[in-house]
Amino acid sequence: MTDMALPTPVTTPAPVRRKRRPLSRSKVFRRVLPWLVVAAIFLLWQMFVVGLQIEPFVLPSPTAIFAAGWQWHGPILDNAWQTFMTTAIGFAFAIVFGLFAGVAIGSSSLVYDGFYPALIGFNTIPKVAVVPILIIWFGIGTIPAIITAFLLSFFPILVNVATGIATVEPELQDVLRALGASKWQIIKKVGLPRSMPYFFASLKVAITVAFVGSIVAETVGSNKGIGNFMLVASSRFEVPLAFAGLLVTGAMGIAMYAVCSFIEQRMTGWAMRNTDSGVFTPGG
Amino acid sequence: MKNFVDLDRVSLRYGEDGDGTLALQDASMRVDSGEFVAVVGPSGCGKSTLMKVVTGLWPATKGGVIVAGREVDRPLSITGMAFQNPTLLPWRTTFDNVMLPLEIAQPHASKLKRERAAYEAKARDLLALVGLKGFEDKCPWQLSGGMQQRASICRALVHEPSLLMLDEPFGALDMFTREELWLALQELWIARKPTVILVTHDLREAVFLADRILVMSARPGRIIAERTVELPRPRALTMTYEPYAVGLVQELRDHISAARATV
Repeated sequence: MTDMALPTPVTTPAPVRRKRRPLSRSKVFRRVLPWLVVAAIFLLWQMFVVGLQIEPFVLPSPTAIFAAGWQWHGPILDNAWQTFMTTAIGFAFAIVFGLFAGVAIGSSSLVYDGFYPALIGFNTIPKVAVVPILIIWFGIGTIPAIITAFLLSFFPILVNVATGIATVEPELQDVLRALGASKWQIIKKVGLPRSMPYFFASLKVAITVAFVGSIVAETVGSNKGIGNFMLVASSRFEVPLAFAGLLVTGAMGIAMYAVCSFIEQRMTGWAMRNTDSGVFTPGG
Repeated sequence: MKNFVDLDRVSLRYGEDGDGTLALQDASMRVDSGEFVAVVGPSGCGKSTLMKVVTGLWPATKGGVIVAGREVDRPLSITGMAFQNPTLLPWRTTFDNVMLPLEIAQPHASKLKRERAAYEAKARDLLALVGLKGFEDKCPWQLSGGMQQRASICRALVHEPSLLMLDEPFGALDMFTREELWLALQELWIARKPTVILVTHDLREAVFLADRILVMSARPGRIIAERTVELPRPRALTMTYEPYAVGLVQELRDHISAARATV
């Protein structure tokens, strides 16, 4: 950071006043702020644990967690990779299915009316309750985790894509229909591009719940993955190690969120700016 | 072509069960090809509905709609439309917005690949004609309201539609921008002579632009009066302040006030 010196009038040589640029406006500050927040949380946590002399098996200090994490980094990475993979595969299926079903539901009020109640009902079912059934069907291991990640994450994608397509301005549809556009052409030229901001916004929600899905499935029934790793660690009272698993999961979530967010800005920059169109209400 | 658009005692009721709003009742109008017609009327009289019936976007409940010698039973594909809201696609540049109709309307869509250069030149010329040269690669949000509306009119015209439907296209603009666009529109019309149906509630606008003005009654709408505007082309803005035009505006006003009173 450089201090900006205000141009001082020559007539007043005495105290040269320097004015700092407010921190909130600095880009660098904005960039490092999230790291500072995380560091502050760890610092407070450490002070809290050390100050109150809390036992490590109740709440381990960050240093103990990092130490345990470093000591066991091989298995942690191994299991994290498993969780990451199941999440990514489930998420990928969720994107494909969510996009297709979202287009279908958003573009036809008939499909919408017919399927929406069933979808809501389905989404209300706690997915933890489904995992045992999945295990009966597919056995313990990777597949139930992938399916759970998919089941949790497709819904937000579907709903958002459907909303984007269903809310195309009627005038815009009229313009296209008066050109002889088919239903599919309207979806392709207007509906899909228009729903992209909704789609990418939903990806950020979906990726985080996808992690929840695979970890839940791994905890309920798997022999691999961070969920299973934490279960084993806590059953052996290695609480710092269980916490290390938590931290790794959080880090993976943030990383994937950042990736989605980056793609979002790349793909739908137009929606991030202020636009006039769409704000006016049609007159009649 | 005489009676390019021919509406014969058209009624339209919204809703399926027969108790919806009756928007049009026995509305009849005829527009020759190449003619510029303005439709004025009290607000909510069904002007926009009239547009939808003519373009086939809404089927008439009763009566005959004939455009270009054919009964209209589905959306026409020879129409260009512009609305009060410019409805440009925010993810496309101004130029790509204007190109949109060419990607959809036949026969242009199938020729576009082979003759892209010619079509692009045409779109650029059109944008230049309305004073948007140099703004082709800007996105809609980077344009002012008036510029967006110009682009929207270019989009309505680029595929050389034989029928141009304008639904209060200048309604959201300030007076100076509006008058500027009247001139631009007049120029475009003189250059290409499409058939234009302009819905507006600005009587000066109707007098300045149209060959003929139709007055609609309050809802359910029908055509209750018709005036031909005997002003030479190209018209100048000052003409709208001369006694002839002022008298015409006054007369139209009286018709509309009377129509409002009978609600």
